[in-house]
Amino acid sequence: MSLVGKPLAPNRRRFLQDAARAAGGCLAAGSLLAYLARDARALPAEALRPPGALPEQDFLSACIRCGLCVRECPYDTLKLAELGVDAVATGTPYFTARDIPCEMCDDIPCVAACPTGALDPGLDNIDDAKMGVAVLVDQENCLNFLGLRCDVCYRVCPVIDEAITLETQHNARSGHHAVFIPTVHADRCTGCGMCEKSCVLPEAAIKVLPARLARGSSADHYRKGWEEKEAKGAPVVEGIIDLPDRLPGPGTDNLVAPGGFEPRFNLPEVTQ
Amino acid sequence: MTTRTTHLPLGQEAIARKGWLGAHKYLLLRRASQLFFLVLFLLGPWFGIWIVQGTLAGSLTLGVLPLTDPFVFLQSLIAGHWPELTAVTGAAIVLVAYALIGGRVYCSWVCPINPVTDGAHWLHRKLGLQKGWQPKRATRLWIMATVLIVSGLSGVIAWELVNPITMLHRGLIFGMGFVWAMVAAIFLFDLFVSRQGWCGHICPVGAFYGLVGTKALLRVSAANRTACDDCMDCYAVCPENQVISPALKGKSDDTPLILSPDCTNCGRCIDVCAEDVFKFTHRFDDLTVAPPEPTAAPEPRASRPF
Repeated sequence: MSLVGKPLAPNRRRFLQDAARAAGGCLAAGSLLAYLARDARALPAEALRPPGALPEQDFLSACIRCGLCVRECPYDTLKLAELGVDAVATGTPYFTARDIPCEMCDDIPCVAACPTGALDPGLDNIDDAKMGVAVLVDQENCLNFLGLRCDVCYRVCPVIDEAITLETQHNARSGHHAVFIPTVHADRCTGCGMCEKSCVLPEAAIKVLPARLARGSSADHYRKGWEEKEAKGAPVVEGIIDLPDRLPGPGTDNLVAPGGFEPRFNLPEVTQ
Repeated sequence: MTTRTTHLPLGQEAIARKGWLGAHKYLLLRRASQLFFLVLFLLGPWFGIWIVQGTLAGSLTLGVLPLTDPFVFLQSLIAGHWPELTAVTGAAIVLVAYALIGGRVYCSWVCPINPVTDGAHWLHRKLGLQKGWQPKRATRLWIMATVLIVSGLSGVIAWELVNPITMLHRGLIFGMGFVWAMVAAIFLFDLFVSRQGWCGHICPVGAFYGLVGTKALLRVSAANRTACDDCMDCYAVCPENQVISPALKGKSDDTPLILSPDCTNCGRCIDVCAEDVFKFTHRFDDLTVAPPEPTAAPEPRASRPF
C-alpha cells in the first residue's frame, strides 16, 4: 500500500501532525532538562556531601531531596541547597566545612535517617567516612610552616596523630629550630573539616577538598623496589654480579684517603 | 430556544440557593486540607513540634510512618538506583492510598501549587481574559514520558531539578532561595499565557497521579443530572472540564459517574451547582436520581440547543 499520490485520511493526518508536534516539543523540553541534569552534577569544590554519600553521579539518582538527614543532624551542619543561591543541585544536602564542619557522630544519624540509601547504610563506622580529603593548600601562610607552633589543625583533628601528624624538619630560616609540618594522611582523613574550620588564619591554609581534586593516584603497574625487596627478603632480580665498589683509596682524587691526590677542580668558596 | 432562562453570574445562583458557606463547602475544606498538610510539615521547623519531618518528596511521621513521593521514586528507579526498604515502603503506602481515593486528590487537596494556580484562575476570570494557549490534555503525559526518559539517560532524578511543587514545599520548610520567582512564573503563566495551563496541561506529577488513580473508588457522580438547568457554572469552575460531559450529558443508561482519571475530586462542581446535581460517592454507585416532579425544579430543558 503506497502513500504516494494519495492524500492521507484527515484523522490520520491529524494524528501524525499532533504526534510530530508533541514529539518536537518534548525533544526541546527534554534537551533543556537534560542540560540542567548535566549542570546539576557540577558540585562546587567547597560543598561537601554528608558522610556515606554515594559518588556524585549515583547520589543524584538516589537522593530524593527530602531533607531528613538535615533534620537529624544535631549540629546543624547539613543544609539543603537553595535554588539560585547555592551552586549545589537544588534541594540536595551539603555542608561547608569552614562554616560548620561535620562532628562525626558515632551513631551517624544522617545516614540512619536517609530513606533511599543515597547515604550508604553500609557505613557503620564514622572513621571510615570519606567526605573529602584535607589538604594544606597554603604553605606560605601556614603558621607551622613559618616555624611557629600553631598546631591547631592537628589538635582539633578527631583522628589526631592518624589523619594529621606533625612531621619535624630543620628550620632553615633560624638555623637551629625545627618546623612542625602538619601532614595529612589521606587514608585516615574523613574530610570532616574540623581542621579547616579551626584554622586561625582569615582564610584557612588547610582545606577539605573532594578526593578528585585533593589526590593523585599511583599507576597500577608501579612497584616500589624497596618494598618488593623486603617482601621477598632478597634482591628482586636474581643473579646480579656484585661488582667491586669504587672506594676511596690510592689513585683517587681524595686527599683524605691514603695515596689520594688533590682534585683538579675545587668548588668555589661560598662567602656569606 | 424559547425556554432559555437567564442565569446569574458564575456561582451566584448557588450562593442564593445554598448560602455562601454551602456554596463554598468543598473549597473551604480543600483550603483547610492544603493548610493542614502544610502546617503539619511546618510545625517542626517553626514551632519545634516534630510530628512530620521532611518534605512532600519524602517524610517521616511520628518517627514511624515513612512516605515517599512515588513519582520521585519511579524516576530514581529509572535513573538506576534501587532505593532502600524505607523509601520502597513509603512509596507503596502513598501509591495504595491515592489508588483508592483518586490519584489527583493529591493535586487539589495536598499540592501547595494548587492555591497558586487557583489564585491565578480566579484573577484570570475576574479580568475576563481569553483562555490563551490550550495544549492538548495529553501533553502532560508526553512531558511525563520525557521526564522519565531524561531521568534514565542522565542518571539524575530529572523532574526534581525543576519541580515547583517540591521546590515550594521545601522552600517553605528549609529556605526559599529563588523559588518565589518560579512560583510567580507559574502564576503569570496561568494568568496570561494559558488558562489553568500548569495543572491542567503541563504538570507531569499530576499526569502521574492521574494514572495512579485510574481505578480509584472515590468519585464524583452527576447523580441528579436530570435537574441540570444548563447554567454551565460547573464547566466554568472545573479545572478539567472535559471530564464533566460524559457524566452530566450522557444518555439515560450512561453512568453518571465521572470516571476520567483527570478529575481531581476537588468538589468545585458540587459547590457551584445550585441544583445539587453532583455529589461524592464511590465508583460502584451509578444510580441516577429519578426526574423530579415538574413543580420542584425550574423548568428543565429537554436537550441542549446545539
